[in-house]
Amino acid sequence: MASRLMALWDWFDARMPSVAEEFRKHMAEYYAPKNFNFWYFFGALSILVLVIQIVSGIFLTMHYKPDAASAFGSVEYIMRDVPGGWLIRYIHSTGGSAFFIVVYLHMFRALLYGSYKQPRELIWIFGVLIYLTLMAEAFMGYLLPWGQMSYWGAQVIVNLFAAVPFIGPDLALWIRGDYVVGDATLNRFFALHVIAIPLVLLGLVAAHILALHDVGSNNPDGVEIKKLKGPDGHPLDGIPFHPYYTVKDIVGAVVFLALFCFVLFFVPEMGGYFLEYNNFIPADPLKTPQHIAPVWYFTPYYSILRAVPPLFNSQFPGVLVMGVATLILFFLPWLDRSPVKSIRYRGLLFKSAVAIFVITFLVLGYLGTEPVTVWGQAGAWLGHADRATVAARVFTALYFAFFVLMPWYTAIDKTTPVPERVTT
Amino acid sequence: MSEDKIDHTRRNLIAATAAAGSAVAVGVALPFAWSWWPSERAKAAGAPVEADISALAPGELSVLEWQGKPVWIMRRTKEMLAAVRKSDDRVTDPKSEVPVQPEYAQNEYRSIKPEFLVLVGICTHLGCSPQSMPAEAKAEMGADWLGGFLCPCHGSKFDLAGRVYKGAPAPINLEVPPHTYLSEGKLLIGEDKKGS
Amino acid sequence: MKKLLLSLLFVPLFAWAAERGYRLERALIDTKDLLSLQAGAKTFVNYCLNCHGAQYMRYNRLTDLGLTEAQIRDNLVFTDAKVGDTMKVALTPKDGKTMFGAAPPDLSVIGRSRGADWLYTYMRTFYRDAKSPTGWNNAAFPQVAMPHALWTLQGERALEIVPAKDGHGPATYKWSQLSAGTQDALQYDTTIRDLVNYLVYMGEPAASRRKQIGVVVLLALGILFVFAYALKKEYWKDVK
Repeated sequence: MASRLMALWDWFDARMPSVAEEFRKHMAEYYAPKNFNFWYFFGALSILVLVIQIVSGIFLTMHYKPDAASAFGSVEYIMRDVPGGWLIRYIHSTGGSAFFIVVYLHMFRALLYGSYKQPRELIWIFGVLIYLTLMAEAFMGYLLPWGQMSYWGAQVIVNLFAAVPFIGPDLALWIRGDYVVGDATLNRFFALHVIAIPLVLLGLVAAHILALHDVGSNNPDGVEIKKLKGPDGHPLDGIPFHPYYTVKDIVGAVVFLALFCFVLFFVPEMGGYFLEYNNFIPADPLKTPQHIAPVWYFTPYYSILRAVPPLFNSQFPGVLVMGVATLILFFLPWLDRSPVKSIRYRGLLFKSAVAIFVITFLVLGYLGTEPVTVWGQAGAWLGHADRATVAARVFTALYFAFFVLMPWYTAIDKTTPVPERVTT
Repeated sequence: MSEDKIDHTRRNLIAATAAAGSAVAVGVALPFAWSWWPSERAKAAGAPVEADISALAPGELSVLEWQGKPVWIMRRTKEMLAAVRKSDDRVTDPKSEVPVQPEYAQNEYRSIKPEFLVLVGICTHLGCSPQSMPAEAKAEMGADWLGGFLCPCHGSKFDLAGRVYKGAPAPINLEVPPHTYLSEGKLLIGEDKKGS
Repeated sequence: MKKLLLSLLFVPLFAWAAERGYRLERALIDTKDLLSLQAGAKTFVNYCLNCHGAQYMRYNRLTDLGLTEAQIRDNLVFTDAKVGDTMKVALTPKDGKTMFGAAPPDLSVIGRSRGADWLYTYMRTFYRDAKSPTGWNNAAFPQVAMPHALWTLQGERALEIVPAKDGHGPATYKWSQLSAGTQDALQYDTTIRDLVNYLVYMGEPAASRRKQIGVVVLLALGILFVFAYALKKEYWKDVK
């Protein structure tokens, strides 16, 4: 039996040798640094979540109806009438949030170890493109259940485009396909969410990984392992991805799945953060909920948007600032002037900057989930402004300071010598 | 290969992990495959249907829908029952040996009560719905026509018990659906009485 | 440190709740209590299903509560609906809006959008208000268009809202009974608790099944983890 299978494989391999060749190139003979730590799980986990979303998404499409009159009902049909439908739905909703948790941690790794620095700038650029595409995918997917948050969230975001000077209102009309978010909008967002953007995502992920494999992986010490090769031509500090990292990533995947399944089976709503309570009310174009907020993974940017007051009778400055806040990520490889990659060998300035950035991102994120009145009003010295707005403005400034001042503090930061060989 | 020491620990661990992993994979695949079974909505739409036959006149045919298909209920007269007996040698399967009817309809008149015929009105050839052709329709059906049904698509003929005529393109008799009497005047189509 | 950060997250919630007016009371529901759910279902079809629909809930799903289809058909279906049909109601949204000023919302997932505590408080805080179109008002939902559908059970009550002395802080709520209903306060609270239990169940009938399966899944993943980790350790012995 085993020899039959071997013979079958040999027949196949003789006719399509590229399968075995690619496997060798990208797995069995791709030498990765041997000191990958916890932060290095999240790339593979991102791929896992992408697969989870695609598979669960395909099965949801078998029952979901992309029609304003039946969309909400079709989701309840899936939850109640389709055998196992509730499970598929929760997999997809939990997966949506899981995707952002995993991607944010994956991006944070790059920040910690300078994985965006030369020669890996292109990998970082593909990554930011993936992040932006993912945000579009999530935004469009969120309209599909056609609940109150779906509807009004889409209405607000599309109206951001209306704030663009001169072309704004026409641009918003063109995006919506109607005067308000409606059936036309739902149908096109469905098409984009189900096939167009996933194809783009798959292409970008392939580019991201190919660009990585061409250069070789970074590591927690920021040491270029290709500089020191053994007599066999392989990096001294490298180990083949397969079997070492396949076997390690399996463990990572199992732990991730356990956490994922805990949420999925016991707290799928996650206190209203993964499945918002207001979204169990069917969309009502005539009634805005008292408290609209985007889903948690957008809230840092929402905070920044809200922090900027209207200028010249336009909301556009806020939109612009929010846009810059996302796009500034692209420039990270060139803002960082440190000769050293990893935070382990950087000085106090960079370490503090990263710590402040993390706190900033979390605080802005929290503030974005709440109404501006959440912390009450300040005293007369601040003109009785909402404390939360004042805080959001301070943290927005800190957010931008992290990037804008980076060329300065990374250049003057005291670094410690980077070792020749990786450490544990 | 046979010269090297086989690492049994490693091999066993791979096998164990693969086994546990496969179990989880099957567990994951199951709900997805399960989701293809008919939904509650489909099952409710396909639920048994009640038919009121108390007002059905002798010789009259009533049509109702069950699981998206037409179901005929015909109240047969004594002449019609005689016609059934006379058709025995004209039909392909006079004893209803092909199982397209429940056991209680595998009899001379293919019904529980001879008076009421219950059939799924779909031709067993390619699925068109035949038309009722009473015995009087001798002009269309020929002088020796005893009454029954004619399928307009390819000309299959059926007698007043739904049995297919010899020489017809249709191979088997018309299907008798599961049904039961809730009372004298009420039929339940789609369910046998044995609690199913 | 993590606990402190976590608790900080909740501070604004309390501030927000106090700002919102009537303090919500905890609905102490036991989602596994089938008798409570059955009682709640009975109250629901008798009192709610005349104006409100529950168009995503099938009657025959109530077999979850330990009832047979015959029991459901005989005791809980009052229209000509079949037991496999959904709990639709004849009152159209248009007529509902004409009659009440707002169409009575569908209640299929009200347990998920409002939550048990709000529903429990809402159904117990109706009071007589001569100024309102229906003659009724509600402490948890001021100016609600809905009359007190269960007033025959609770009786009629009046509410006096006294604002806080210095203008800050919560108001004081003084309840008084105007006429008795067929149930005393404890009985009515129990009725509403059962009704809310039912509404929570109806919002997600698969909930108990979900948790049962979850236990099995986590166990399976635990076993898989043991083997996967041992496998990893075995291979990584080679790496120095």
